[in-house]
Formats: sequence, structure tokens, C-alpha cells
Amino acid sequence: MRAKKSFGELLFDIVNITILIFISLTFIYPFIHVAVLSLSTPEAAAIGGFKLIPKQIVFNSYEKVLRSPNVWRGYMNTIIIVAGGWIVSMILTISGAYPLSRRNLPHRKFWTLFVVFTMFFQGGLIPSYLLVRNIGLSNSYFAMILPAALSTWNLLIMRNFFMAIPPDLEEAAYLDGASPFRALMSVILPVSKPVLATVSLWIIVSRWNSWFDCLIYITDPNKFVLQIVLRRIIFADTKEMLLSAEGNVKAMQDAYMTDPLTLRSATIMVATLPIIMIYPFIQKYFVKGVMVGSIKG
Amino acid sequence: MNRLTTSLRKNAKLYWKNRFFFLLFLPAIAHYIIFKYIPIYGVTIAFKDYIIKRGIMGSPWVGLENFRLLFMGDSFMEVVRNTVLISIYQTIIAFPMPIIFAIMLNEVYNSKLKKTIQTISYLPHFLSWVVLAGIFIEVLSPSRGPINMIITSLGFKPIYFLGDPKWFRTTLVGTYIWQGMGWGSIVYLAGLTSIDPSLYEAATVDGAGRFKKIWHITIPGIVPIITIMFIFAMGKIIKDDFDQVLNLYNPAVYSVGDVISTYVYRSGLVNLKYSFAAAADLFKNVIAFVMVVGTNYITRKINDYGLW
Repeated sequence: MRAKKSFGELLFDIVNITILIFISLTFIYPFIHVAVLSLSTPEAAAIGGFKLIPKQIVFNSYEKVLRSPNVWRGYMNTIIIVAGGWIVSMILTISGAYPLSRRNLPHRKFWTLFVVFTMFFQGGLIPSYLLVRNIGLSNSYFAMILPAALSTWNLLIMRNFFMAIPPDLEEAAYLDGASPFRALMSVILPVSKPVLATVSLWIIVSRWNSWFDCLIYITDPNKFVLQIVLRRIIFADTKEMLLSAEGNVKAMQDAYMTDPLTLRSATIMVATLPIIMIYPFIQKYFVKGVMVGSIKG
Repeated sequence: MNRLTTSLRKNAKLYWKNRFFFLLFLPAIAHYIIFKYIPIYGVTIAFKDYIIKRGIMGSPWVGLENFRLLFMGDSFMEVVRNTVLISIYQTIIAFPMPIIFAIMLNEVYNSKLKKTIQTISYLPHFLSWVVLAGIFIEVLSPSRGPINMIITSLGFKPIYFLGDPKWFRTTLVGTYIWQGMGWGSIVYLAGLTSIDPSLYEAATVDGAGRFKKIWHITIPGIVPIITIMFIFAMGKIIKDDFDQVLNLYNPAVYSVGDVISTYVYRSGLVNLKYSFAAAADLFKNVIAFVMVVGTNYITRKINDYGLW
């Protein structure tokens, strides 16, 4: 039990909580702003200023966005990348993490270094780009799945979890005549559900948000993921200028002014709502990852 | 010769005996070789004149010519300067924010309120910079944005945050704080929970107020983590946030906002100067490598932290 608060304590709490609530509002407000724009009439949206509630709620923009084949195709492609990426990533991560966690792997130290070294030194953008193009993955879904399929960080997190599983569990399975593969599938993986779930969520969110692989490897509009569709809509006015050096502030301002603002906002909402709706429930898995990483990598 | 064959045989036996583990490991090895180690070999094009038809192996060597071009021109030095300056601003201004935020949250006793504020603060972390850029373009708009509404109502001229070279770096640092502050506070909050509550009780008995307790117990309790995080931040000084900059910048602010990774992207994949871009990237990666290994060494010395 704490003693009754003094005036100073109370004042501290009031000021502290007020500031924190203000900070929280600055985190939320931009999303409310865009949500309100997406529900406004183009005339109301063009007025500007703070947007807390739309004067008149209209769903025209959503109708148009949801009728756009580009957006649907983007959704489909994103789902393909998320699902395909998740399967490939999980297989590769387990394939890397489990042997590295067991003494049975010969030269385990060397192989660990082989994996960890890539966290510190990478070939960089250009050689990776040329590689993907040279092995013929341009314009293929695999270009958006394979290069990013294995994250060393995820692999090490999973390896650490496997390492903490007592070897007795597998040995009991071996005594029952199980093969190592059986032991992995029916003993190790079932007790590793927490780490499998955590890593799965990391993979899924990062795939949902990924856009750069699509930007550089995919020129076929039928394979654009949602983020790229969105990016093209957001930057439709500035895209030309991004590539030429001629752009100036005035031209950009004018372009923004004539832009179908409400449509852009509705597209942002359509691409973002799934994440906004699920992240409060999955954030604890992400927080866990940060803790593991910061306390002991 | 004999020794070699015995050692080979011994190893072959070892791998055969544990073939399941090695077979399972093979796909991962293949992935690392193809997508990580071949590109590392590919950095040799920084020392070549890459010709698409002849491939990486067949292109002629040019020694340090690409690096000479890189350092002779003004553009790359400007880009390096931008990268380092933005990192320094972020270290000075953005670095303390998650710490302050964590300490303030730690003082909230209502756990439901605390959880809610935390969850809200994590939101930007879950969204891509494509989405965030789309949102900032609206919120920071000079003609319609609410922030400029406040500025003009106070009698100032509207600020073109994303298009004015005088403001762009401030915008980068500001949006970086907004995006990363909540998420960055997790590490410090974790550290705060490990402070012995009896210290606070003893301080209360001694009549210490909240500020005194923060100053004498809370902050000293997380100084080790702050030190480590600061060293890591210093180690990343040559790195930049590609996703953020590429989605927020435009030609009007290249002079102040173009950083190494965006420069590599544009000169390589937009202007197709592959070897030149690879040289710029290699320059950055080598410095980053040295700094990460160095900072990791230092933090390991300080206490038994370390990356692995």
C-alpha cells in the first residue's frame, strides 16, 4: 500500500500523464487525419487543417478504390508473397536453426560463423540485384520471396530456443526407434510452438510491408504488391520528378493540389487497416523479440 | 598426402554419421551461398568496369578507377556528409527520446493506461515507410496540413517540410523520432523493470520526491543499457535509413537529404552505373563493418553484452 499522495506527487502525476496522453495523440492523430480524409468529400478534404470528424461521411473513395483492379491484384500478390514467403522462410529457418543448435552437426563453430558473418558484411544492393537478375528471377514471385527468405536474426533466435530444449527429449524418441527427422517433427517442433509463432509473425508483418524487392525486380504490373500499388498512387505526381533532376518545389506543390486526395487516403487506409487491426494483439510477440535481442542475442 | 586423406576420411565419416543434421542444414547453406556469399564475391565489380554482356567474371578489371571517380566528384562527398550529419543529429536529438519516454511511462502506476499508451506508441513500427510517407505528405503539407495550419495561425509563413532544403533534415529527424520512439523505449522499459523496488521504498522512507527518485535510482539503473545503446548508435553513424529517405525525399532536397544508400540506388539501378554504385556501397559497407565489429568489441569489454 502506498501512502496518500502529497500535492507534489499528484501534480507530478497529472503533468506526466497529460504529456504522455498528448504524445499518444501525436501518434494516433496522423492516422485519424488520413481516415477522415478518406471519408470526406473531395471539396471538404481540400480545405485542410485538423481533421477529427468528417463533416459528411461519404464512401465514394472506398467504392472507387475497392473497385480498382490494381488494388485487388495488389492484395492478391501481397497475400501470395506473405504466404509463400512464410512457408519458404520457416522451412529455411528451421533447416538452419536446428542443426546449429545440436552437437551432432560437425564443425558447428565454423557453420555458426558462416551464418553470423553475413550479419556484419553484405555484398550490398548492386551485386544482389545483378545476381537475382542473372539467375532469371526478374518479374517472378520468387524474386520477392527467395532473396529475403532467410533472416540471420530469426535464425539465431530460433537456434537459441532449440538449444534450451533438453537433449533427453530427443534421446527418448531415438530409444523408441524414431529417426532424427521424426524426432524433429514430433518432439522438437511441438515444444517450440512459442518461438515458431513469434518468428512466423515477424516474417508475416515484414512481408506484408515489403516493397523494395518488388520495386527493383518487378516491372510487370500484374505482379505488383499492395505496397507498390500504394506507392505508385502516392507518388504518381512526383514519380517523374524522382527520376529527373528537373523537379522543383513549385511544380510539386501544384501536383499535390490537383491530386485526387481522398482516393489516395482511402488507398492508404485499405492497405493499412489489416495491420492496424491486428497489431495490438500480436505486438507482445514482437516486444519479446526486442527483449531477447537486447538482453542476450 | 597421407595425413590429408586420413583427415578427409575422418571428416567424411563424421558427416556421414550425422548426415541427417547436415542434410537438413544444406538448404540453409545453399541459401547463404547463393544470396549472401555470391553477392559478397560480387563486390569485385567495384574494381571492374561491369559490362552486362560479359558478366561479373568477364568484365575487365580497372583497379581503383571507380573509387577515383567517386572521390573526385563532389556528389559523393556531399552524400557522405549528409549521411553522417543526419546520423549525428539523430544521435543527439532522437537518441534520448525513447529514454525519456520510458522513464515517463515507468512513472505511470495505472497499468491499463500504461499498456494503452505503449501499444499506441508501437503503431508506426508496424507500418512501412511507404504508408508513413503517404501520411506525412498530408500532415506536413504546406497548403493543407494541420501542422502548417498552426504555424500560419501564429503568423509565420508555411513551412514546406518535405521540399525545403532548410527543413528537410529536421523533417527526417522528426519523423524518425515519431516512428521509432515508442518501439525504442522497449529496451529501456525492460531495464527499468529489473530495478530493485526496495530501493524506491527506502527512498520514500527517506522522504525523496519523484524527481529525486528518478535521478538517483531510475536513471542510474538504466545507465548500462543507455551506454550500450549509445555505442551501437555511434557504430551506425555511416548507416542511413534507406526506406525512410527514399520515400520522403525528392530532387528539391537532394543537396541535404540524399544519403549513401539512396545515392547507390539511384546511380546503380536508375542511372545503371553498376560498378560506380557498387564502389560507393562497398565504401560504406567496409566502414560499417569496421565500426560494428569495433563497437561490439567495446560493448563486450564493458560488460558481457555482445551481439552473439
